[in-house]
Amino acid sequence: MKTNWENREFSTDEKSFKKATVQSFIVFSLLFLAGGTAWLWLYQQPKTADNVQPALRAGYVANERLFSKFYSASKESKSFTKEEAVKKVRVNGNVGVGNDFKPDNWILKVAKKPGDTLLITLDDIKALHKTEVIFDFKCVEGWSQVTWWGGVRFGDFLKKYNLAAQSAMNYCGMVTPDGKYYVGNDLPSMLQPQTLLCYEMNGKSLPNNQGYPLRLIIPVKYGIKHLKRIGIIFFSNEKPRDYWAEQGYDYYSGL
Amino acid sequence: MLVMVWSGLLIYWANDVYKIGWGDTTLVKFFPKSFYQALNVPFKLSQGMAFHFLFMWLFFINGLLYVLYTFFSGEWRLLIPEKKSFKEAWQVVLHDLHLKRGLPPQEKYNAAQRVAYSAIIVMGLGSLLTGLAIYKPVQFSFICAICGGYEFARILHFSLTIGYVLFFLLHIVQVALAGWNNFRAMVTGLEVIKDAAPATVITAVKEQFTIESTKNEGKVEDKETTTNETEK
Repeated sequence: MKTNWENREFSTDEKSFKKATVQSFIVFSLLFLAGGTAWLWLYQQPKTADNVQPALRAGYVANERLFSKFYSASKESKSFTKEEAVKKVRVNGNVGVGNDFKPDNWILKVAKKPGDTLLITLDDIKALHKTEVIFDFKCVEGWSQVTWWGGVRFGDFLKKYNLAAQSAMNYCGMVTPDGKYYVGNDLPSMLQPQTLLCYEMNGKSLPNNQGYPLRLIIPVKYGIKHLKRIGIIFFSNEKPRDYWAEQGYDYYSGL
Repeated sequence: MLVMVWSGLLIYWANDVYKIGWGDTTLVKFFPKSFYQALNVPFKLSQGMAFHFLFMWLFFINGLLYVLYTFFSGEWRLLIPEKKSFKEAWQVVLHDLHLKRGLPPQEKYNAAQRVAYSAIIVMGLGSLLTGLAIYKPVQFSFICAICGGYEFARILHFSLTIGYVLFFLLHIVQVALAGWNNFRAMVTGLEVIKDAAPATVITAVKEQFTIESTKNEGKVEDKETTTNETEK
């Protein structure tokens, strides 16, 4: 029985066969070269101020546009039990949480609009309904840890302080008291019910290296977005400055 | 593919915890320091992520086009393993290792090729799924769960990559062993069948694969997706 495969035999003369072969090899080599050149061009493209090649930043933005369509506040990061949470929580960075910090002087500043700033103490925040979140904290580096946090839902906080107008904006920015670390997060992620203004870890007050007295926990983002030791909170429609985005990472960093 | 493996390595470096071994004994560590230094890997996590999350689209589209092409051209019939293929593939392996003489009859691809070229498609799909599981573990939590959770999905994703590299190396060795005629057939889609008739006439077998199917980055994976090895 002849198969289809065998039916494809045909005769040709040596000259046209050689021509076809040479043509094929030229196209093959050109495609190979084109691929290599395209990669090299991309790799050597001068980086902009945010430490990444413009074409790659455009890639991040396009992915953000697509994948944020799949975002839903009702999708929660998987919850765990207190027993599953690690006792020794990894400390991966200390930018913005230096030792020169004076806890007694700390007060949370919420910039409602220019010239109108709310001042809120830790006790004010602790007086609000406490929410606990035990989730798998994920770092861009590739490790993850089940950790246990307690604090106030950011959504509850906005309601309590009548910040409805602010919560209708696109972004929420945060800066450490020393101004050295800063992040911007999109409001839909900030309003996700697991997002906390957090003052407790493993049922105890936050340690200094975890951002005492108040930090952000935002389980739908990588760890780089969970700012430790919040000094100022503000809102804007443009992307606020973001420490790691300026180092070439994805601004969105959504999980 | 090459860009995906390279950028994946830049990312993996930031948390390079995988090894093969038991207890305190390490057989293979992924990867030794010298390996990273030779390939200029350290401290390029952000570069790796930026490249990985752009070229994932090329990987996906290229794979999709290839699968669609094999489906609509009918080539899949020559690629999908048959019932007997798994048994015969073993005979091909023994033959290639010079442990056994003679090969089972075959069409365009031998049984081992059928198994390998179909497995690589399943692996590709696996890389897409495990990749999506670790890229968006909250929004696509069901995919993450199917892949055995966040950490296990990362292990699978890594293992598949090691699989591609081994596939590629074996592929290169086999192509080198098969010789020039075979390599020419891979590129041109034409294979010469020596004719008993006048010496000036060559009978060629026109394969449906043509160079057009390599229309993309021209990277190493192109050779794999357009492989037309035939041993006649």
